[in-house]
Amino acid sequence: MIPAPFDYVAPSTVDDAVRALADAGEDAKVLAGGQSLLPVLRVRLAAPTKIIDLGKVAELRGVREEGDHLVIGSMTTHYEVQRDPLIAEHATLLARATDTVADPQVRHRGTFGGSLAHADPAGDLLAPALALDAEVVIQGMDGKRTATAADFFEDFFTTSLRPDEILVEVRVPKHTGWHAHYEKFNRVAQAWSMVAVAATVRTDGDAIAEAKIGLTNMSSIPMRATAVEQALVGQPATTEAIRAAAEHAAEGTNPTVDGNADVEYRQHLARVLTGRAISAAMAG
Amino acid sequence: MRITVTVDGTSYTDDVEPRTLLVHHLRERLGKVGTVVGCDTSNCGACTVHLDGHSVKSCSVLAVQADGSEVTTVEGLARDGQLHPVQQAFHDNHALQCGFCTPGMIMQSIDLLADNPDPDEHAVREGLEGNLCRCTGYQNIVKAVRDAAHHMRPGAGPEAERVADTGSRTASSVGGGGE
Ligand SMILES: Cc1cc2nc3c(=O)[nH]c(=O)nc-3n(C[C@H](O)[C@H](O)[C@H](O)COP(=O)(O)OP(=O)(O)OC[C@H]3O[C@@H](n4cnc5c(N)ncnc54)[C@H](O)[C@@H]3O)c2cc1C
Ligand code: FES
Ligand code: FES
Repeated sequence: MIPAPFDYVAPSTVDDAVRALADAGEDAKVLAGGQSLLPVLRVRLAAPTKIIDLGKVAELRGVREEGDHLVIGSMTTHYEVQRDPLIAEHATLLARATDTVADPQVRHRGTFGGSLAHADPAGDLLAPALALDAEVVIQGMDGKRTATAADFFEDFFTTSLRPDEILVEVRVPKHTGWHAHYEKFNRVAQAWSMVAVAATVRTDGDAIAEAKIGLTNMSSIPMRATAVEQALVGQPATTEAIRAAAEHAAEGTNPTVDGNADVEYRQHLARVLTGRAISAAMAG
Repeated sequence: MRITVTVDGTSYTDDVEPRTLLVHHLRERLGKVGTVVGCDTSNCGACTVHLDGHSVKSCSVLAVQADGSEVTTVEGLARDGQLHPVQQAFHDNHALQCGFCTPGMIMQSIDLLADNPDPDEHAVREGLEGNLCRCTGYQNIVKAVRDAAHHMRPGAGPEAERVADTGSRTASSVGGGGE
């Protein structure tokens, strides 16, 4: 199938893109990598009258350092995130989670910003962004604003982005030297997460000094496993200590029921995968 | 909208509707019917081509997004009547049954070998994760890719040289750099 007709513009600056979006009104859509939007347009689940392609906006690409933060342009592709030396060093968790997204072809096109803006609860980059205490920088006709990941995700496929706003960049506090692992559970190749756990851990000698745990697909939005994080502080990184802390992983979660799994099974997965994620992070 | 795309070394300028998918542009306007469509959900990978040196699913790219870019399809791989080493390896290893997935499998295999010239079986399966074979001929596909890797090794003979200009990594479209 092919998409319904639309007008197309490909501005070369963020300012022009924001203006085009505002001028076009509610029926306009921003196009990033197109790996979620184009499939939706093809089956005509959406039929925007205007597409604003960010593909030519050079300022939205790339990764840079700004003091104790990394700043990742929203149009940086999954492929670039996987291989970026700054991300490898200061936000390892994001690189490891991105490795598990989709397949190589999709990763060549799909973008970090597009994944966050799309806000699929099974998307693999939301929980890492939340776990790393990332902030998103958003630009609209009224200028720029910043939102924490915790405030940005509002519901299934819903963020605090207003119709005339563009996600410009993601600011990630450096987690230099933190251990990290993303444990994703699915049953077939190139599948979305049934449940996944993003874990990053700072150690002090043999003990766990601090842990940040994000849960994918355990609610309509990504969640932090706060009780696990608290239980890990000061613990030795032993299998027993990790397993005991991971028992708290499903607390406060509200996962959906679908053909893959019911609530109890997803909560079971959250506990098991949290244990595995922390152990794998420590081993890595 | 008027776009110019270089496909398999030839530059084409055409007026296209913005909603035209790259795969339809290739097949219906340019006659490059070697690239096929196997699904409506961006899952099967049969439509895989290289866009500025990287594999993409051409059903999930608009033709207008390819304006100013270089596309390589399975039709652009052979040189002087000689198959590309990956094509030859698919032939030699019986890596196809009905052949519908083959154009995409070959294009993705070339991408995978550009990233990792000597993949083990696991790496081949991961690298081909986005390509489905309904005939489930995966065993021989994996064998073919590893065989091709063997033939494409530096010093493996004249075949390997052809790969330098076809399986190209121009890196022009990518900021992060390859390996
Ligand atoms: C076969 C397949 C398998 C996949 N598997 C996975 C998976 O396992 N895990 C996973 O996490 N993802 C998966 N994806 C999705 C993939 O990661 C997409 O790249 C991602 O969800 C969307 O990014 P995009 O750049 O392609 O955005 P697009 O598709 O271009 O846009 C998605 C939405 O976000 C909006 N948007 C995009 N960028 C911006 C911006 N800068 N500002 C404002 N709004 C914006 C668009 O308007 C649109 O509504 C899969 C996709 C496919 C096709
Ligand atoms: S036709 Fe493009 S992925 Fe199936
Ligand atoms: S050979 Fe028939 S689909 Fe792969």
